[in-house]
Amino acid sequence: MESSSSKITDEIRAEASRLLSSGEVAAFLGFVPGSLPMTVRPFVARSSEDAARLVWNSFCVMNLANYLPEVLKSVEPPRGPGDPEPEGPLPRVGVLATGCWSRNMVVQIQENRIQRDRVVILGISSRGMVDRKKVLARLGGREALKVEEQDHSLLVSGRAFNEEIPRWEVVRDNCRSCVHPDPVIWDIMIGERAGDRQNANRFAQVEEIESLAPEERWAWFQEEISSCIRCYACRNACPLCYCPTCFVDDSRPQWVGKSIEPVDTAIFHILRAYHCAGRCTDCGACESACPMGIRMRLFTKKLEKDVLEMYGAEAGMDPETPLPLSTFSPDDPQDFIVTGQESPKSTGDEAGRSGEVSQS
Amino acid sequence: METKKWEPRIVAFLCNWCSYAGADLAGVSRYQYPPSLRIIRVPCSGRVSANMVLDALKSGADGVLVSGCHPGDCHYISGNMYARRRLALLKSLLEFIGIEPERFNVSWISASEGKQFAEVAREVTEKVRALGPARHLVKDF
Ligand code: SF4
Ligand code: SF4
Ligand code: SF4
Ligand code: FES
Repeated sequence: MESSSSKITDEIRAEASRLLSSGEVAAFLGFVPGSLPMTVRPFVARSSEDAARLVWNSFCVMNLANYLPEVLKSVEPPRGPGDPEPEGPLPRVGVLATGCWSRNMVVQIQENRIQRDRVVILGISSRGMVDRKKVLARLGGREALKVEEQDHSLLVSGRAFNEEIPRWEVVRDNCRSCVHPDPVIWDIMIGERAGDRQNANRFAQVEEIESLAPEERWAWFQEEISSCIRCYACRNACPLCYCPTCFVDDSRPQWVGKSIEPVDTAIFHILRAYHCAGRCTDCGACESACPMGIRMRLFTKKLEKDVLEMYGAEAGMDPETPLPLSTFSPDDPQDFIVTGQESPKSTGDEAGRSGEVSQS
Repeated sequence: METKKWEPRIVAFLCNWCSYAGADLAGVSRYQYPPSLRIIRVPCSGRVSANMVLDALKSGADGVLVSGCHPGDCHYISGNMYARRRLALLKSLLEFIGIEPERFNVSWISASEGKQFAEVAREVTEKVRALGPARHLVKDF
């Protein structure tokens, strides 16, 4: 039986080829197989021959929205900084989008990174992508030479072994907790829309950490990031991280040191996650890109939970609703505000105390 | 061994139009408050970024206070309303990774609230004093 991924691959090739040969789009952003099993790489098809190379499978873990602004720029006629806008509409780009990627595209529209009318979105309802690291862990050092995908299992084979792995068990954490697998914006739907997924508790991973004591949480945080080599692959994989100069590269002030000293690494992770607050769609590209298996998604997931609980908002669900941190409500919760009412009453002692310490 | 009594060091980002003036008023009205605050004047509470808060903690602050105008009173109309969302999320994230929530404080103090300023300064100082010196995000330079 043909797997649903290979059916989707056929449809993608047909649509991309049609769009490219009719001139509707100047380029089409998708994936081609990578050089190792269970990898794909982003690919820009510019002709229908290129389109025949596109694939869809359970290993499409990178978020295509990340590459979209550059591909759009690449199809524009070259112009210098002072040159006038070219006449007429600019060429368009076709792109694949699952639920989370399409929400990142919505964020990009809201942040003026892309224009809706310049993209042709082929929507795909995601069945969840597989975490290559989970598969490798199950193989325990044996090398997978070939991985064949079926709808509910992966057939992994290598030198002198064949193994069938139930697919859902190795699906990425973010996909397992996903509730919006369908694209929120699209032009052409590939396959059926699945509808919102029932998920008993999408924040279970976060709640588990929240239930720890403060010192245990700190220990968890330190442990989680301890192997970070500060390669910034997580940042580079993220469609939200497009600052011309990232804070990690600022030198005056130097927000974060260049070393892998634990404090610097901690600050990097806190601020990177924080910069994605109210914008992150939990696409998991950051985590999939990490060579060290760090689960930095948990930090953004915590922010996602807070934004939903405090402001009732989810990133990228609707281009018409402003991003949660670009707006406010007069009744936003503020129970954390310090009022001084818990302050010990002023006594004569206070004056004595301030007199006794001389600060340099 | 004789040691100087430990006093918390608290970096206070005060908005120019309200809280900084409130601190001034506390001074001229001779309200006593602990000498633990290192005041940094910012144009608006909306100017305070997470980067600045983390930088203060990294540089050895035992606590941080961000204070601006009361909701509705911001000189730039709504800077403090955006700040309220941002700072709430920052506070929660810091708590999530194991930083004591008492180390990061936000308050609203108007230019006429000298006494309140002294009370907030005292409350924040005492909370931080109870925790002891910051350990987690401090970098030895
Ligand atoms: S990708 Fe992983 S190792 Fe690289 S900076 Fe991010 S968390 Fe650290
Ligand atoms: S980590 Fe922050 S500063 Fe760096 S690129 Fe991402 S959003 Fe920009
Ligand atoms: S922070 Fe990670 S999960 Fe969130 S949008 Fe960026 S890459 Fe995706
Ligand atoms: S000017 Fe005081 S908070 Fe904006």
